[in-house]
Amino acid sequence: MSDTNANSSAGWMGSERRRLLIQEYGIFIAFLILVVVLSLSNPYFLTSGNISNVLLQTSINGVLAIGMTFVILTRGIDLSVGSVVALAGIVSASFATTSATAAVSGAPYPVFVPIAVGLAVGIASGGVVGAIVSRFAVPAFVATLGMLSAARGLTLIYGNGRPVPALVPEFRWIGTGNILGIPLPVVILAVVFAVSWWVLARTRFGRYIYAVGGNPHAAKTSGINVTRIRFLVYVISGALAGLAGMLLSARTGSALPQAGIAYELDAIAAVVIGGTSLAGGVGRVTGTLIGALIIGVMNNGLDLMGIQSYYQQILKGALIVGAVMLDQKRNQDA
Amino acid sequence: MELGRDQSGMSHLCFGWPGRRVLGPLLKVEGLRKSFGGVHALKNGQFELAPGSVHALCGGNGAGKSTFLSILMGIHRRDGGKIWRNGELVEFSSPAEALASGIAIIEQELSPIPFMTVAENIYLGREPLKRFGGIDFRAMNQAAQTLLDDLEFEIRADQQMASLSVAKMQLVEIAKALSHDAEVIFMDEPTSAIGEREAQHLFAAIETLKAQGRGIVYVSHRLSEIFQIADAYTVFRDGAYVGSGNLADVDRPALIGMIVGRELGEEYIKTNEPTDVVGLEVENLQSPGKIEDISFKVHKGEIFGIYGLMGSGRTEIFDCLFGLDSSASGRILLEGAETIIHKPADAMSQGIALVTEDRKKTGLNLTDSVRGNIALASLPEMSPAYVMRASEETAASQSMIERFGINAARDTMPVSGLSGGNQQKVVLGKWFLRDPRILLLDEPTRGVDVGAKREIYRIICDYAAAGGTVVMISSELDEVLGMSDRVMVMRAGRSAGILDRTEANAQSLVHLST
Repeated sequence: MSDTNANSSAGWMGSERRRLLIQEYGIFIAFLILVVVLSLSNPYFLTSGNISNVLLQTSINGVLAIGMTFVILTRGIDLSVGSVVALAGIVSASFATTSATAAVSGAPYPVFVPIAVGLAVGIASGGVVGAIVSRFAVPAFVATLGMLSAARGLTLIYGNGRPVPALVPEFRWIGTGNILGIPLPVVILAVVFAVSWWVLARTRFGRYIYAVGGNPHAAKTSGINVTRIRFLVYVISGALAGLAGMLLSARTGSALPQAGIAYELDAIAAVVIGGTSLAGGVGRVTGTLIGALIIGVMNNGLDLMGIQSYYQQILKGALIVGAVMLDQKRNQDA
Repeated sequence: MELGRDQSGMSHLCFGWPGRRVLGPLLKVEGLRKSFGGVHALKNGQFELAPGSVHALCGGNGAGKSTFLSILMGIHRRDGGKIWRNGELVEFSSPAEALASGIAIIEQELSPIPFMTVAENIYLGREPLKRFGGIDFRAMNQAAQTLLDDLEFEIRADQQMASLSVAKMQLVEIAKALSHDAEVIFMDEPTSAIGEREAQHLFAAIETLKAQGRGIVYVSHRLSEIFQIADAYTVFRDGAYVGSGNLADVDRPALIGMIVGRELGEEYIKTNEPTDVVGLEVENLQSPGKIEDISFKVHKGEIFGIYGLMGSGRTEIFDCLFGLDSSASGRILLEGAETIIHKPADAMSQGIALVTEDRKKTGLNLTDSVRGNIALASLPEMSPAYVMRASEETAASQSMIERFGINAARDTMPVSGLSGGNQQKVVLGKWFLRDPRILLLDEPTRGVDVGAKREIYRIICDYAAAGGTVVMISSELDEVLGMSDRVMVMRAGRSAGILDRTEANAQSLVHLST
């Protein structure tokens, strides 16, 4: 028996160790390979200007995808984030604009007011969805599909279907500013990532989330308030969607009612590419961040190579399906 | 073997294979080998099934029974060894091939299609067709009904599968195997999810099959069943054949000895002594439509058994005591003090622990590690400032692994990789970590091998002997009789009586429960 083991572990590395390594770091290795290939094929790719650009483009999807990770870890899904991006963006913008037609009375307010309003809008919509999913046992797909439609409608009503332009510079700074040469949205993404990683990996709440996703019945009989955890993950996702909505409007200088359309799909894609299981209970926010970076780097790289954006969509589709196929195979091997 | 023995209209079920009848064994296996990733799951599978017999395949968890079955079913390829079916060498590369040669399996975990009818489930993939390719539902229902009636299963062919009890689904699986005209039928733990009366029904069906000359391979951890229905036995241990023979020539201790590989003394060694202090008192517990008027007292140091058939309200009592049933009412007194329990956290803060009936569905988080599962019910205690204390978690899991002898390579390995017995010990560890006053056990040894069973009995007895209060639900007669100081029998949501250890026996329990 030990003989066969010794034989099977021959090669450049023990097959068992190699398997574990790929399992743990597969997504990271894939990311590195992508970066190496792109930097070899285009000298501009690894310049600081381009790196900063990629990170900036990834920041909004990254923030949404991190919120989505919380939800998917509990076996849920949040299809409403794209619409909440638009709703939070336009409502907060109405508190930060100098445009006479689009502003609420008294605007522009000091910058913390629109920020608080934007987060509150996100939290409120997440709270509504969370309550529906956790208290009334409506499937998350259905509840958040409803919110996807309703929040878009609210956005159009609130802004009369028109954009909110002319945002004050202090508010715009959220999307355009720099700290130590790093774009502020990237700093925000880093902070959101670090806090989320800590919450999921180190706190009681994080352990509850994994337990609820892994086996809600066992979690319940172990004394965990499953309803509350389910509610809270949608609130988190909603709050981060609100944040993303403000990043988007601040960066572009105006809030558009059609902002954020289909953003939920990119967020889900990042989570899935990052190895989080849609069946719940398994996954890490680190994987999600790399998943979002892979999407960002791939889009950027293909842009640099002059490949049409239509082709990028095909590649992204293949990437999502491929990542899950690898994941399935990995689960079978394990 | 008399094939033609007229079983009141059964003869039409036998069409097709009387001509194939050979006098030798229906199935013979020698030297079957299989390894997964360098680990031998089966080293030497040896087996011989005589026609018209029930053959028990015994062995602890990890003995290689499942691997043996999956090779014979064509699910896994063998690495070596020979299989003869009716004297001919065979090799199956898919379940369909095994089925075609007359081997059917009734799996432990049933996989019916719930919202199809019984007939549709039985004839799935080979529905009788009408002239233009539509399904001939009438012919199908009729054929299925005849099949079911002949077996006296009392199931309607046009019923939805979802409306049946687990036991009835099992019977449908048997009918399905017979509709394939299977001559060799494997049954993997067929009674693990059904009650005593339904089990007797199943055994009657097995007798019928046997009388028709078919061979039944019966896999079960429940030795009393094996002694009741099987003619012959084969024991596997550590992936290898250990011995076989006629059950008439072996007694229970000897068979257990073969299974666990060492002589074991008395199976149930009670060390606990009930005290006079009442640990748990329940008064007039009820939940509409589930249980009614349940009252009992359990003393510290006592093991109080609850016996009853499936659906008699056994588990519902625990649901009420543990805050899992929101419509429960009645008084619960812990050591004399009245306690209000609305949710599991209330029960847990009062020192109640609940080991649920189905560890995979409600006991364990299978995606998590051994360590994570042991900590699962103690997370607030391990995070007083909200942040998990990793060192406390590691220490807790180490102490439980040592205390209960949990056999895991590392405590960070997924709990899904453990055997049933070790998984159950993880569930026990999760609750013992909380140092409970009251231990509620629902089928604590279901699907656990003989060796691990004894260890679990030891754990329960030690806990009671140290002054703990134990309530244990069991549908296994031997277990409930062997372990309990007193037994409450449940029937149709009510208590049918509480018997003392001295007056309880198999007859009285079965009598009260039906």
